[in-house]
Amino acid sequence: MSEISVQPQIRRQTQKTVRLLTIPLTGLYALLMNAIGLMMDFIQKRIGIRKMAYIFVLPNMLLFATFSILPILGNFYYAFTGGTKVLPENRYFAGAANFEFIMQCNNYLDPSSCRADLFWRGLYNTVSYVIFSVGGILLFALITAIVLNQPIKGRGFFRGVFFYPTLLSSVVVALLWKWILQREGLLNAGLTGLGLEPVNFLLSAEWSKFWVVFIGVWSNVGFYTLIILAGLQAIPATFYEAAKIDGASSWASFRYLTLPLLKPSLIVVFVLSFIRCVQVFDHVFVMTGGGPGTATQYIVQYIYNTGFSSDPPNLGVAAAASLILGLIILVLTLIQLRVTGSGEETDYA
Amino acid sequence: MPDRIIPFLFRTRGHKQLHLTDFLMYFYLTLGTILMFGPVVWGFVSSFKTQAELEKYPPSFLPYANKTIEIAGYDRPLSMYTVKLDDGSVAELAQVRRVGIEAQFADPTNPDELIKVHVDQTEPLRSLTLQWENYILPLQRFEFFTFFKNSIIVTILATLITLFVNSLAAFALSKYEFKGRDLIFLLTICTLMIPTTVTLVPNFLIITKLGWVNSLVGVIIPAVASPTSVFLLRQYMLTLPNELLEAARLDGASEWRIYWQIVIPLSAPAIAVLAIFSVNWRWNDFLWPLIVLTHTEKFTIPIGLHLFQGDYQIEWQYLLAMSVLALLPITLIFAFLQKYITTGIASTGVKM
Repeated sequence: MSEISVQPQIRRQTQKTVRLLTIPLTGLYALLMNAIGLMMDFIQKRIGIRKMAYIFVLPNMLLFATFSILPILGNFYYAFTGGTKVLPENRYFAGAANFEFIMQCNNYLDPSSCRADLFWRGLYNTVSYVIFSVGGILLFALITAIVLNQPIKGRGFFRGVFFYPTLLSSVVVALLWKWILQREGLLNAGLTGLGLEPVNFLLSAEWSKFWVVFIGVWSNVGFYTLIILAGLQAIPATFYEAAKIDGASSWASFRYLTLPLLKPSLIVVFVLSFIRCVQVFDHVFVMTGGGPGTATQYIVQYIYNTGFSSDPPNLGVAAAASLILGLIILVLTLIQLRVTGSGEETDYA
Repeated sequence: MPDRIIPFLFRTRGHKQLHLTDFLMYFYLTLGTILMFGPVVWGFVSSFKTQAELEKYPPSFLPYANKTIEIAGYDRPLSMYTVKLDDGSVAELAQVRRVGIEAQFADPTNPDELIKVHVDQTEPLRSLTLQWENYILPLQRFEFFTFFKNSIIVTILATLITLFVNSLAAFALSKYEFKGRDLIFLLTICTLMIPTTVTLVPNFLIITKLGWVNSLVGVIIPAVASPTSVFLLRQYMLTLPNELLEAARLDGASEWRIYWQIVIPLSAPAIAVLAIFSVNWRWNDFLWPLIVLTHTEKFTIPIGLHLFQGDYQIEWQYLLAMSVLALLPITLIFAFLQKYITTGIASTGVKM
């Protein structure tokens, strides 16, 4: 009896509270907008309706030019100048010295023969990280999306489950896993429980590399799953029915129907995850700090260490390294798009 | 192998009884749920444990702690033990001191008499306790309160400015014909592809020139004009009928008024998605604040957590508690807006 009458009451109460909270906010918003409006209407009278568009894009364009376009050009300035100073007027022209410093190697496959050995170690570590992470992301995002596309109970819930880690701060993710992986952590307790030897995961180079990839996949797979899931849901059910009538096996309809139609989504996942994995930094930096030794030191950490945390900082080499990184990403992305032939539209309306 | 599993996975469902595929799927989903939620749950329960309990190996799942008792005559609380006495009876006693393999106990009901027992006969008396100190101490003694305050300021201001600046630009790009519009849009799309790492060094210079090093402004402003946001909002605003704007103009509304009283309210779904992304992204942002902020009083929560870890011998009890606090707002937002977020991302393909 009371339960029935209490619930709407509570709801009414919350609605009232929400309204009470939003009234001052919307009022403030209207006040602010009207104030800007006075100025905007004045401008409109002077320049006319058509030119107002310029006023509207102006703030965005100013910020965009200052913090995106200018820096891209500025990077070249830094890459070709030397010295330990930040301000451009205090730097001297160094020609290609920064690039020569990075590229000076007796044998490019052996980082210890290079002057910038850490750059090359970082580069090779990044290559292996990218291969395993992108592979892992593609595989698990595809499996998860396929499972979540089935008519199962609690689909929305499970979709949320797999997506949740993507929202967490990479620092928190790194700390939580460090807490699990440490010598006296949960995982080792489980191993000893099974009668196995405990492992000092973060002090072993091989294990560190594995866990860094694992956590990278763990914390990102949910996002890519959603992209593939959207792709799966865009495939009309009638296609499968037609294939079934034609006597296609489930494997055949997956191989010759799902996969080709899913190709655009898979390419998006491939390219996006590639661009992000190449720039891996946050969770690794917090969890292993690049260690043990240089086992998990990747290219962005090299840029960060060289340009910002070494004393004196070497912004020239950092900028040169980031240009090389940008070039690598650009070239490989273009190759990916060319090879996967995403130019040809897959159209199934 | 795949030719045996895949047919199972793709067989049309709809039959009454559970199929092997259903077991496989639910097995995958259960395993996934444990794996995805496990670390957070484990961090959460661990954050309520005492330091002694955190160092215990193997760990217990729930936050137990030794029961202690205050007894007159002793200046510190004594730990409680269940003790098997010589006569075979079992009693709950407080340990006064331990010497080698012998321990001295006092009976709380009769504190003056000390009982000597072999340690084999004793077992600590444990009870479920939540160590709220883990949460309170770092906020009071260390500067975590400041870190949270800074993070909140950055998140709210950055999100508001992001929404304002980008929605205005998206409005212009979607609803007006003007010279250079396509060029601006093309530039925006191009920078979508440029990794943020590439602009780190020169952006740091710009911040230095503007005098924004070690200030929250330096964290907020550089990433405000984001191509992703413009793109997302523009695509949404394109779907709004132009007749609506024309009608408003006929009624004498100014362009600005059309923007904030017609276009913005109608774009609410896209703006909400963007707001959630922006909040999440700003709250978790790490590399750029790490470069800009140099003094503790300006740190945001991720930087604070990272440096707290490095500064001291890792004090897990505080670090875990603060990590839980850091993920709490995002978790709450997600719990309430889950459907909105997942469908929003699936339809826009935007990553924070």
